Amino acid sequence: MSTNIVSDAASIAQAHHAGHHDHGHEHHEQHFIWKYIFSQDHKMIAKQFLVTGIIWAVIGGLMSVFFRLQLGFPDKTFPIMETFLGEWAKGGKLSPEFYYALVTMHGTILVFFVLTAGLSGTFANLLIPLQIGARDMASPFMNMLSYWMFFAASIVMFISLFVETGPASGGWTTYPPLSALKEASLGSGIGMDLWLISMALFVASSLLGGLNYISTILNMRTKGMSMTRMPLTIWALLFTAVLGVLSFPVLLSGFVLLIFDRTFGTSFYLSEIFIGGKALPHIGGSAILYQHLFWFLGHPEVYIIMLPGMGMASEILSTNSRKPIFGYFAMIISLVGITVLAFLVWAHHMFVTGMSPFLGSIFVLLTLLIAVPSAVKVFNWLTTMWRANIRFTVAMMFAIGFVSLFISGGLTGIFLGNSSLDLHLHDTYFVVAHFHIIMGISAFFGMFAGIYHWFPKMFGRYMNNTLGYIHFFITLAGAYLIFWPMHYEGIAGMPRRYYDYSAWESFNQFTSLNSFISVVVIIVFFTQFLFIVNFFMSMFWGRRVTTKNPWGATTLEWTTPINPGHGNWEGEIPTVHRWPYDYKDDGNGNDFIPQDVPLKPGEDAH
Amino acid sequence: MSGLIIIALIVLVFVIIYQIAKASEYATVLRGEAKVNRQTNRLMAWLLVVFFILGMYGVWECHRMLIDKMLPVSASEQGVGYDNMLKVTVIMTGIVFFATQALLFWFAFRYQSTEKRTSFFYAHNNKLELIWTTIPAIAMASLVAVGLKHWFAVTAPAPPDANIVEIIGKQFNWIVRYPGQDGALGKRDFRKINDANNVLGLDWTDRNNLDDIVAQNGEVHMVVNKPVKLIIGSRDVLHDVGMPHFRMKMDAVPGITTTLWLTPTITTAEMKRITKNPDFVYEISCAEMCGNGHYSMRGTIIVETQEEYDAWMAKQVPYHTLANGTPAGNATDNEGAETPEQQDTETISMR
Repeated sequence: MSTNIVSDAASIAQAHHAGHHDHGHEHHEQHFIWKYIFSQDHKMIAKQFLVTGIIWAVIGGLMSVFFRLQLGFPDKTFPIMETFLGEWAKGGKLSPEFYYALVTMHGTILVFFVLTAGLSGTFANLLIPLQIGARDMASPFMNMLSYWMFFAASIVMFISLFVETGPASGGWTTYPPLSALKEASLGSGIGMDLWLISMALFVASSLLGGLNYISTILNMRTKGMSMTRMPLTIWALLFTAVLGVLSFPVLLSGFVLLIFDRTFGTSFYLSEIFIGGKALPHIGGSAILYQHLFWFLGHPEVYIIMLPGMGMASEILSTNSRKPIFGYFAMIISLVGITVLAFLVWAHHMFVTGMSPFLGSIFVLLTLLIAVPSAVKVFNWLTTMWRANIRFTVAMMFAIGFVSLFISGGLTGIFLGNSSLDLHLHDTYFVVAHFHIIMGISAFFGMFAGIYHWFPKMFGRYMNNTLGYIHFFITLAGAYLIFWPMHYEGIAGMPRRYYDYSAWESFNQFTSLNSFISVVVIIVFFTQFLFIVNFFMSMFWGRRVTTKNPWGATTLEWTTPINPGHGNWEGEIPTVHRWPYDYKDDGNGNDFIPQDVPLKPGEDAH
Repeated sequence: MSGLIIIALIVLVFVIIYQIAKASEYATVLRGEAKVNRQTNRLMAWLLVVFFILGMYGVWECHRMLIDKMLPVSASEQGVGYDNMLKVTVIMTGIVFFATQALLFWFAFRYQSTEKRTSFFYAHNNKLELIWTTIPAIAMASLVAVGLKHWFAVTAPAPPDANIVEIIGKQFNWIVRYPGQDGALGKRDFRKINDANNVLGLDWTDRNNLDDIVAQNGEVHMVVNKPVKLIIGSRDVLHDVGMPHFRMKMDAVPGITTTLWLTPTITTAEMKRITKNPDFVYEISCAEMCGNGHYSMRGTIIVETQEEYDAWMAKQVPYHTLANGTPAGNATDNEGAETPEQQDTETISMR
């Protein structure tokens, strides 16, 4: 049997065939470099995104441990920090400069490198071709380029951690004038230049990926896979890509203007500034313009982070409930609603910038509207579990955790979206709690669910369940212990991005709470190594998958061989005959009917 | 070297944990996979219920422990509206929170897989979808209505009799300016700024400036029950006048003037009694990332009676006199109001 399955997808295989000439062999062995490094196989690229994402998550998470040590124990010193951070933590005490650098980098890394590239980079690459029945992406080469652009962005960002004046330190939103003026902060020097270069590369990576995902979904579906027979993961990933493609260019334009202001003396964002003992020549710019450009991406960005999790949770909840997802069309319509509204709410991050109150009121209305499609999704997930037959695989546990956290984090959004409450809660710990629960932990839970669920497809082995369950419970409990009390701190007015609260009469009553939170952070951070060990060891030593379809799922990825080669299916690509959630008696004792099984005579299509 | 050993030990511990977990996997196969899976399934269903119950207890316990550390009653008229709205929103979202979380964990437990259970094929129901689209929409509409009523009330133009105070942020303290006798603030020009004797860049050709009073210690004086309008600006980067006790916040943006008005209702002295804290002080916390010293950018607000205010005001010397009446070389650049001694001085000493 030849594994040269790429033969009928010549266009896909061209580039890597060019690299070597061993067609005649029985086993079409690829050179290491083409198989693992400059691979054009969407599955390998997915794994590259995932592993890079995991490495970044460890770095970004470790940063949070460092600054939580400062926040929890402002009067103590930790010599171990000096070992890691050197000059920045002389005597074991973090300097304010580096505290702000850590906070900034933690945000940038987690939001962009982990939860954008690591999440949708992984699962869009892995699942789109497999679930729609395509041999690869529309352009495997562009896909490879997308990863390598991300890699380049990673390298530049990593280098910025080591420059003498430190990395960017103006917060992950890098608002000018702070980020535009070298005099304003140490991190606004070369660190900020590197940040901007890295982010520009990142935007390019994201656009290359996104365009590819969209064109693959629209053009490369297998026979019978109409749009309304696509699994919800694919719908979610489609809208994720649409959001990215339409909003990342706006962010880039904002960055370009910032680069101009920083290096070429323009005044897009700068006006009437006296700093470093002298008045600057800039006049007529608006610092607020940057915020509009930033949040025009920044808000869709949170949905770029959330939607893949929503799609995967839908898929996993349905599979493990042995029951169709409730309200398939309502789920699609709510995704459309969220996507459209995502573009119309950005200024709710700016209620206190002095914007016109009338404009503010429009954004309040549009923001709270998003609660409607979000609520529809939650009720549909709940109804999916109603009268189900639930198997608690590790992935299912994480999917349930995802829904729980999505509810908790979503409800607090109703507070912040209402301008008159935001007037007080803006930039307090309430905001920190809100966005960490929803787009931090909840999105991570969607990602973990996806990893545990599709690990057998990625590596032909299972991850260890025992470790998975422990990882789940500690992380879920820890997440609530960390972020739930932060809501109280926020309502009490405690501002975020403070290095030390001890000089404040109004906020120093939370000292012991801050210590408690920091301790939980450390425990939860180290618990993640259970996952990492599980992930990497199971790649090589995990229990082998012995059946094609271990979860009894209906979607097409489970019709491929256990270890699919480049091209995914041996022989013909399956034809699709039914919708993706036919979890019902197939007449042979199974409680599901895969998508490629023809309708029985007299059976109604969904 | 010891570091390497520690890392090796940690790796070893994780490898051992993995191997133990792996052993349980083999045991599963030996004891019969189906049976063990059923047991695990039941255990997980129970653990989820336990998690839910412990979680709800935790919510209660957390509330009990932290409620005393919350802000005291609102010190401004505008803040009362905020407090009411917060209450309404907490109740509304609280109900949804408990209901949906309870359903989620209850369904997980109730519909755990058993040998005889089969799932109910239930793919859609448009009536249900309609219901749970409409109800949240109505709920949101009512929150928007309540919210915007408050929003328009607090963002409406300040009453004409409001006191005017200008507050300017710089890295990392607040500079406060009062209009003086004429009730009008004179022009500022950032090109005229000079840390020695013109910290705000006041244009001395504008006669309105001559009686303006400048306080560099970030202390704002307000008269109780009298509206005060803050004219907010920044000398360098973004800042934000955060006044948690008054439930108010507004950005300070270089090149743009923002405003905010409020009516303080409780004097500092009275608030000391209410909070039973003799050190109580209304603080202004910078709420927009502004650089290394962001966390120390502190201002204070003194709310006092009209008489106290007038007595304090009578002691103030216009900045023009301070800045130009004495040799400029001696001027001290007072950096902020971090220390208690500095808070006691009412205006910066230029002598």
